[in-house]
Amino acid sequence: MNNGTDFGRQALDRRAVTAPLEIQHLTVSFARKPVLWDVTFVASAGSLIGVVGPNGAGKSTLFKAIMDLIPRQGGEIRVFGDRFTAQRRRVAYVPQRESVDWDFPVTAGEVVTMGLYSEIGWFRRVTREHRRRALAAMERLGIADLANRQISELSGGQQQRTFLARALVQQADLYLLDEPFSAVDAATETIIVEVLRELRDAGKTALVIHHDLQTVPSYFDTVLLLNLRVVAFGKTDEVFQAENLQKTYGGRLTLLDEATEAMRHRRTI
Amino acid sequence: MNGLCDTWLGSMIIGGGNWLLDGLTLLALGVFGTAPTDSQGPVTWADYNTQVVLIGTSCLGFAAGLVGCFALLRRQALVGDALSHATLPGIAAAFLLAEFFGGDGKRLEWLLLGATCSGILGMWMMMQLERLPRIKPDAAMGIILSVFFGAGIVLVTIVQQTEAGHAAGLESFIYGKAASMLRRDTMMIASMAVAVSVVVGLFFKELKLLCFDEGFALARGYPVSRLNALILALVTVVTVIGLQAVGLILIIALLVIPPSAARFWTNSLGPMCWISAGIGAMSAAAGAIASAWAPDLPSGPMMVMTCSGIFAISLICGPARGVLARLARRRDAAGRRT
Repeated sequence: MNNGTDFGRQALDRRAVTAPLEIQHLTVSFARKPVLWDVTFVASAGSLIGVVGPNGAGKSTLFKAIMDLIPRQGGEIRVFGDRFTAQRRRVAYVPQRESVDWDFPVTAGEVVTMGLYSEIGWFRRVTREHRRRALAAMERLGIADLANRQISELSGGQQQRTFLARALVQQADLYLLDEPFSAVDAATETIIVEVLRELRDAGKTALVIHHDLQTVPSYFDTVLLLNLRVVAFGKTDEVFQAENLQKTYGGRLTLLDEATEAMRHRRTI
Repeated sequence: MNGLCDTWLGSMIIGGGNWLLDGLTLLALGVFGTAPTDSQGPVTWADYNTQVVLIGTSCLGFAAGLVGCFALLRRQALVGDALSHATLPGIAAAFLLAEFFGGDGKRLEWLLLGATCSGILGMWMMMQLERLPRIKPDAAMGIILSVFFGAGIVLVTIVQQTEAGHAAGLESFIYGKAASMLRRDTMMIASMAVAVSVVVGLFFKELKLLCFDEGFALARGYPVSRLNALILALVTVVTVIGLQAVGLILIIALLVIPPSAARFWTNSLGPMCWISAGIGAMSAAAGAIASAWAPDLPSGPMMVMTCSGIFAISLICGPARGVLARLARRRDAAGRRT
């Protein structure tokens, strides 16, 4: 790859600078109550990051701060070494499934096509080519045959896959997924994990808010333990352990037991 | 008129802005003939005046049905109700101002300008009230709706006691009087309806995205608050141009009922818009005809009655989510099981 030492070094520096996501000392508060406090971490390219923490830990707020949707009291967020607004096209967001009305008069295919709207631009129509791309993304998630179904006819898992297909069609480099595994069937869970791994192997980065501590070690190579502050950030093997979880969740021991069990189980494999 | 206004005002305050109640009260008044209505004789199809009224009202119904889809899906339909009630003081004030400065206060454009100003003022005050810590949105809507409507009734009563005001017929803005539409008014309504449809067509994709998933729209960098304002502006335009024919109490029906009925026929937003606009146009025109044939029937309530009739048919027969379609689907599923 390296043709000359100078060039090689430059390329290396450049890669170091343009981490997909770099957050320094981020602080966010609502009505003078801090929701995120001095959050600092750097997500590297080609990583699958589980964002874990109790309810109200600031996980969704973190996503909103990354997307520049809420004011921050301090700190710096760099997306591919730049302001988010300048790199918006390279970021795909999958909101919580409960955040929309699934009775809305729209088909699954149309929802996936929405991922292309900003690329299509104002005052322009959706073309056959756009529909074909949407269908290809749905194919990848095994829901292409549901493209013409009204979204309320889909199961929870199929709705979640529709949302993920809408993100895939954007061909982004950084993915922010808000609880994609909540209340989905086993088949959907498997297929989402597969797609996330494919993305990681293609050098993309995904931050995934996740609640099921048992599956964290098997799904994510990196983990962010969050409760107002960053309790720990790093490789799952090193960071995802009882002491850190105790700090993250406080005294909720049943959860801790589950997680310890999961880690032990994983080590024996 | 005074006694009548008291009843309306009373029902407004008791019902906290319940437009259904308004509608029923008005209908009862219409049937028993106490409400002032046009005193022209029966009108025939070929009559030039009838044609003018028909074109005007169907354009209005079309635009209202179209815009109503987005207002309904954005859950802002009732904002249109508060807005329409808030237009009344503006109408009376505009008339008084024009008369005071020696102009012709009865000019429709001038009255509708006044209506727009006070409607927007009411909507703005409603949003400010909602920001207060202990005022819930429905309370804010009830307050604005009743206060503005009350003030409007007071002003209209004052206008009626003046010499010019007695014949101005401002009260027809309350319950609607399609028969009073002139060719000029029809032209204005038609061009507004075309403008509204073009705007909806241009921003269709973005409005759809906004109504379905605001969080995603924000993440993609869409100017969500401006698109929201666009929907409110469209609702305002439709409300104001509908005041004359439908009346401010019932205009909300043309914004809400056609899209609700259309939802039973289709599961896709594009067709829903067309069906809703069609239902709006049909019921507005039918209401105007009914009120022209039977001179004691006010047009607004007649439009609402036709609209509700189409709604009832849609509720039962609509192929997408109507009662019959659901029963058939359930029977299908049961048949497959056995």
